[in-house]
Amino acid sequence: MATAPRFWRENPSRYNLMGFKCNSCGRHYFPPRAICPVCHRKSVGKMEKVKLRGTGKVFSFTDVHEGLEDIALHKPYIVAIVELDEGPRVTAQIIDCEACDIQIGTPVRATMRKLSEEGPSGVIHYGYKFAPVKEK
Amino acid sequence: MGMKVGIVSYGAYVPRYRISPEEIGKVWGVDGKAMAKGLMVNCKSVPGPDEDTITISVEAARHMMRRCGVSPKDIGALYVGSESHPYAVKPSGTVVAEAIEAAPDLTVADFEFACKAGTAAIQTCMGLVGSGMVKYGVAIGADTSQGAPGDVLEYTASAGGAAFLIGSEKIIATLDLTYSFTTDTPDFWRREGQMYPRHGGRFTGEPAYFKHVISGGKGLLERTGTSPKDYTYAIFHQPNGKFPTRVAKQLGFSEAQVKAGLLAPLIGNTYCGAVPLGMSAILDEAKAGDRIFAVAYGSGAGSDAFAMTVTDEIEHFARDKAPTFKELNQNPKFLDYATYAKFRGKIALGGE
Amino acid sequence: MRRVAVIGVGDTEFGELWDSSFRELGIRAGLAAVADANISADIIDALYVGNMSAGRFIEQEHIGALIADYAGLARDNISATRVEAAGASGGLALRQGFMAVASGMHNVVVVGGAEKMTDVSDDESAMIQSSAADQEWETVLGATFPALHALIAKRHMHEYGTTREQLADVAVKNHKNGSMNPKAQFQREIARETVMGSPMVSSPLRMFDCAPSSDGAAAVVLCSLDAAKKYTEIPIEIVGSGQASDTLALHHRKDICTMEATKMAAKRAFEMASLTTRDVDVAEVHDNFTISEILAIEDLGFFKKGEGGKATEAGLTGIAGEVAVNTSGGLKARGDPVGATGIAQVVEIVTQLRGTAGNRQVKDATIGLTHNVGGTGATALVHLFRRV
Repeated sequence: MATAPRFWRENPSRYNLMGFKCNSCGRHYFPPRAICPVCHRKSVGKMEKVKLRGTGKVFSFTDVHEGLEDIALHKPYIVAIVELDEGPRVTAQIIDCEACDIQIGTPVRATMRKLSEEGPSGVIHYGYKFAPVKEK
Repeated sequence: MGMKVGIVSYGAYVPRYRISPEEIGKVWGVDGKAMAKGLMVNCKSVPGPDEDTITISVEAARHMMRRCGVSPKDIGALYVGSESHPYAVKPSGTVVAEAIEAAPDLTVADFEFACKAGTAAIQTCMGLVGSGMVKYGVAIGADTSQGAPGDVLEYTASAGGAAFLIGSEKIIATLDLTYSFTTDTPDFWRREGQMYPRHGGRFTGEPAYFKHVISGGKGLLERTGTSPKDYTYAIFHQPNGKFPTRVAKQLGFSEAQVKAGLLAPLIGNTYCGAVPLGMSAILDEAKAGDRIFAVAYGSGAGSDAFAMTVTDEIEHFARDKAPTFKELNQNPKFLDYATYAKFRGKIALGGE
Repeated sequence: MRRVAVIGVGDTEFGELWDSSFRELGIRAGLAAVADANISADIIDALYVGNMSAGRFIEQEHIGALIADYAGLARDNISATRVEAAGASGGLALRQGFMAVASGMHNVVVVGGAEKMTDVSDDESAMIQSSAADQEWETVLGATFPALHALIAKRHMHEYGTTREQLADVAVKNHKNGSMNPKAQFQREIARETVMGSPMVSSPLRMFDCAPSSDGAAAVVLCSLDAAKKYTEIPIEIVGSGQASDTLALHHRKDICTMEATKMAAKRAFEMASLTTRDVDVAEVHDNFTISEILAIEDLGFFKKGEGGKATEAGLTGIAGEVAVNTSGGLKARGDPVGATGIAQVVEIVTQLRGTAGNRQVKDATIGLTHNVGGTGATALVHLFRRV
């Protein structure tokens, strides 16, 4: 799995959904990119770090029964593509619900959970997972 | 102390899983129902396999930040008190600091003093803010404590936490005075490398919990020149529902005063989260002018007592921006013992 | 550019081949292709080998040199290159060989593909296969390779009404074809119920919706069309080659139910060949998951977007259908040793166009297509073949 420095480098994006906005066309990107794929050279020097709000909708989802070794403890677990309000899509687990409770379109919100550990003596990796937005 | 210091914001978090004493008792041949009654604990909270003290602290701290307009860059200190830090060496606090964007211009450390490490962190923040050393300090008490399988603590050891933003502006509850009573008393301990704590059985009662909570409480009443009837709410460390109820009576507080903060019957003993979560539940409903009396207890042993006064500012406080304790406790998911044991790492998995 | 032909093909059986090492498989396929081409090894001047991850499966890199050496070609110091594009490694290797001959850079080229997947545990194999996806933003967050395809399937069902049964029909058809292929990993027919009752992998995809892990190798010999007539009476010309890329992560695609890379690679191949989809008689497409074949037959232009499921259900992609898809059994039944797959597809098309496919022969097959995909669609290779 991911090693300590490789994982640590992406902490701002994995902890806080830090993305980029192209000030040339206004599009948001996640994870951060050096240039805007639409504006190309026009976007150089115009990419601004921006923290995404963490709210969005389920775009597609699946109940994973044969999972990766590191996260086998909570099989089956739900993986989804979430479309964030600002536009970019992310791949993430959905928690705090059963697969039957969510549908394409369910509103969700980012939260922080353990993603994996490099074994019982290794570094613990934290990052975003999404939970359905609870009605008050 | 120079300027007025107090709680500017707070946030709570409790995992959604629960297990009942009956379910635990079934496995160990114990009358779980009787246990529940004796301990005054109806169920306890269980962390999911992807949760730990760090993720709980992050949730609580993010809830705290959502409710106030304070910039995280103005936070000068952040402390996480727990007896279940995920690492023995590498702080929980640094992850939380990054997760609320308070990094890098702040000081961070992890605290340990059994169940009162979170309140010790509050005291530290009081000093830092009061002396003008920092503008805002964050104190978090959170735990995912373990009870050894089959031990009586297994019925109550649970998970949860709360975070407090301490400052001197827009205070919703002033921290008027704090007093601590500390001795070296080995009532409950866990050695380095051991998975489960050990305790002295009935030794944890009178010479430990009661002696320190009562001394701490009496000491605070004396130093503030107040008596129990001056307070709207009272909260005492709650390893179960029985101890705080009894100690409240011994100190002269009524059941009504203790009710709002008494969460052990609903979620068990959240260790470093116990008094902080209770405080958050009280702040969820407190009104301007209410006075709060709190005494936390940590084995080893010591008590931290606080006298607080809720201010007018609470009427403008954006409590709705994050879940209250009641909302966090709304839709719990109950587990069977096998799933609970799997989640809590009590099943020996294949070797490396 | 010179015209290029395939003059020889060879492959090993695909499966869990405990007795065969990686190099043994690679050499066996290569020797078979060279024998089929009826050439002597000393006229081979370049070798291209498609391989996804020997470095992790068998801790061996430098595959080009390894195969050249064990094929006895190191004595001639030939030029040897390992090519990688995840699942599309074979197809990409073919394109490198095609360009080498078309440009005149080389005259006789062997293009092979090989993978040895069963020397590691299932868990390790799953981790290695997931390296075709975006590690930092898909795998690390918990998405397995099957899960990514399940996300596609779920969305395709949502947008177009594709059914669970239609997905199963892909596997049923491919197993039927595989039962007539003596080199296939699985040679037994199955029913819809087998698929739908198999263990869930990632909803809605079950075990029988997923191609297996396999060991195996395949190889082809290429030379200029002019020279080809010296070696064979039925040269099969590569008339079109198209390659395209797309975002690595599935969530960055414009439309996750369309593989733009497939569409573009096909467009480029058809343009080069001056052919259209309607001209294709037989096609080997990348069915690592049943949903992948449905996307493929839509994106290659055989059926309208959203109609792939219905077309499969109606038998339009069977051996006697409008276009015979995966007569070899596809990745599902023939097997999927990742780097070998793209070349194995060529072996099947050449066999079909030569008219030597036995029970699974498509009548009067003249134009064939291979379609090879890397990751969830980040790379696609499409090649068109014509019986000369």
